[in-house]
Amino acid sequence: MKEHHLILRVVTKTLVGTIILFAFYVQFHGDYSPGGGFQAGVIMAVAFILYGIVFGLHEVQRVLPAWVVHKLVALGVLVYAGTGIWNMFLGYEFLHYGSFTPDHMSHGQHSGILYVEAGVGITVTGVMVAIYYAFAGRTPRLGNDDW
Amino acid sequence: MTETIVNFILFSMLVITAFAIVRQDRLFTVVMLASVFSLLTAMLFVALDAVDVAFTEAAVGAGISTVLMLGTIALTARGAKPASRPNTLPLLVVLVTGAGLVYGTLDMPNFGDPEAPSNVHLAPHYLTNSIEEIDVPNVVTSILASYRGFDTLGETAVVFAAGIGVLMILSGLRHRRREDEEEEEDA
Amino acid sequence: MTLEFFIGHINYWLFIVLMMTGFYIVVACGNLVKKVVGLNIFQVAVFMLYISISKVTGGTAPIFPIDRMGKIKADPEIVYSNPLPHVLILTAIVVGIATTSLALALIVRIREAYNTIEEDDILEIDARTARAENIIHGEAMGGRA
Repeated sequence: MKEHHLILRVVTKTLVGTIILFAFYVQFHGDYSPGGGFQAGVIMAVAFILYGIVFGLHEVQRVLPAWVVHKLVALGVLVYAGTGIWNMFLGYEFLHYGSFTPDHMSHGQHSGILYVEAGVGITVTGVMVAIYYAFAGRTPRLGNDDW
Repeated sequence: MTETIVNFILFSMLVITAFAIVRQDRLFTVVMLASVFSLLTAMLFVALDAVDVAFTEAAVGAGISTVLMLGTIALTARGAKPASRPNTLPLLVVLVTGAGLVYGTLDMPNFGDPEAPSNVHLAPHYLTNSIEEIDVPNVVTSILASYRGFDTLGETAVVFAAGIGVLMILSGLRHRRREDEEEEEDA
Repeated sequence: MTLEFFIGHINYWLFIVLMMTGFYIVVACGNLVKKVVGLNIFQVAVFMLYISISKVTGGTAPIFPIDRMGKIKADPEIVYSNPLPHVLILTAIVVGIATTSLALALIVRIREAYNTIEEDDILEIDARTARAENIIHGEAMGGRA
C-alpha cells in the first residue's frame, strides 16, 4: 500500500491518543454533561478507524485484532444484561440499580448507570470497528486515482 | 423570535442540501453532501435544545457513516446512472403523501408549546423526580440508563444484531471455511 | 390562517418537505447507494419531528446545574425541554447507522453477484435469468412452465 503524506501520518499519530482520551471523558462524564455510552463508543471506534485509514488495515489489526473486536461486540450486551441479572440475584427487579446499595438508593443508581453505560460503550465500539474491518478487508474496485 | 429565525435558516439550508443530493449523479459528491447534511442536522439539534442528540448525530452521521459510504463506493462504483424513467409518477406519489402529512399537522399544537400533550404527562415527572431518585444532573442519561433501561438494552441488542449481520454478509467467515475444505480436498 | 399559526407550524412543514425529498430519492433514483442516502434523509426528518415536538419555548437543554460540592441545584424558575424524545432519538441514531451499514454490506454483495448497483440493470439480469431457467425447466416439465 502506498504510504500517505508525512503530515497526515504525524497528525494522525497525535490525534489518535487524544480521541481515545476524549472518548473516555465522554463515557465517564456522561452523567454531568452531554454524552454517554453511545457517543463514547462511536468516538472510540473513530480513533481506530482513523488509524486504519491512514496506516492500513494490517497495522490497526496489530493493535486491535479482529477476534478481539468480535468478542467485544458480544461482551457489551452481556455486561448490560449481566447488570440486570445481578440486580435480580440481589433480590430486586431486573435493572433496579438501587439494589446495589439498598440503604441509599441513588448511590446504587450511580453505579448501575456506570456499568450499563460501559456495556453500551463496549458494544458500540465493537460493532463500529467490526463493520469497518469487514468493509476494509475487501479488495477495492476503484484505484486511488479513480475518484 | 431569534430562535425561530435561526431554526428557519438552518432548516432551509438542510432542504437545499437535500435537493442538491437529488440532482447529483456522482456518488462521491452525494456522500460528501450527506456528510454536510448531518453536520447541519447536528447544529439544528443544538438549536432545539437536544445537545445529546446533536453530539451523537455529529459523531455518527458526519464521522462513521461517511467513512462506511466511501468504503462502499470504493467497493462498487463511483457514478450513478442518470434516471432513465420519467419522474412524473414518483413526483405525484411524493406530492400526494406530502399533502396528506401537511393535512395531518394542521391540528398539531404550536411549535414550542409548553402545554402540548407530549410535554405535560411524563416529562414533568422525570424532570422533578430524577433529582431525588437518580441524582444525576443530565436527565437524558438518567432516563436512558435507568428509567428506560429496558429500551436501551433492546437498542444495544439491535446494534449487536446489525453488527453480527454485517459480519455474516461481509467478513468472509464462511468463505474461509470453504477454502479450508477445498484445501482438504486437494490434500 | 394567523401569523402565530404559521410560525408555530412552519417547522413541521419544512420537515415534511425534507422527508418527501428523501422519499423521492428512494422512489425515483435507481442507484442503490443513493437510495440508502435517501433513506437516511427520510430518517433524519423523522428525528427532526420528534425533537421539534420536545422543544419548549424559552426552555434549555435538560441538564441540571450543579454547585461546587457536586450537588444538584434545582431551580424551579428554569424551564427545560422534554428529555424523553431526546432519549428515543439518541438511541435511534446509533441503531440507524448500524442498519445503514447492513444495507451497505448488502449493496457490496449485490455488486459482487450482479456486477452493477443500478436497480434497472439488476431487474433486467433477473428477468433474463428467469427466462433462461424457464426455457430449461419448461422443456423438462413438458413445455408447461
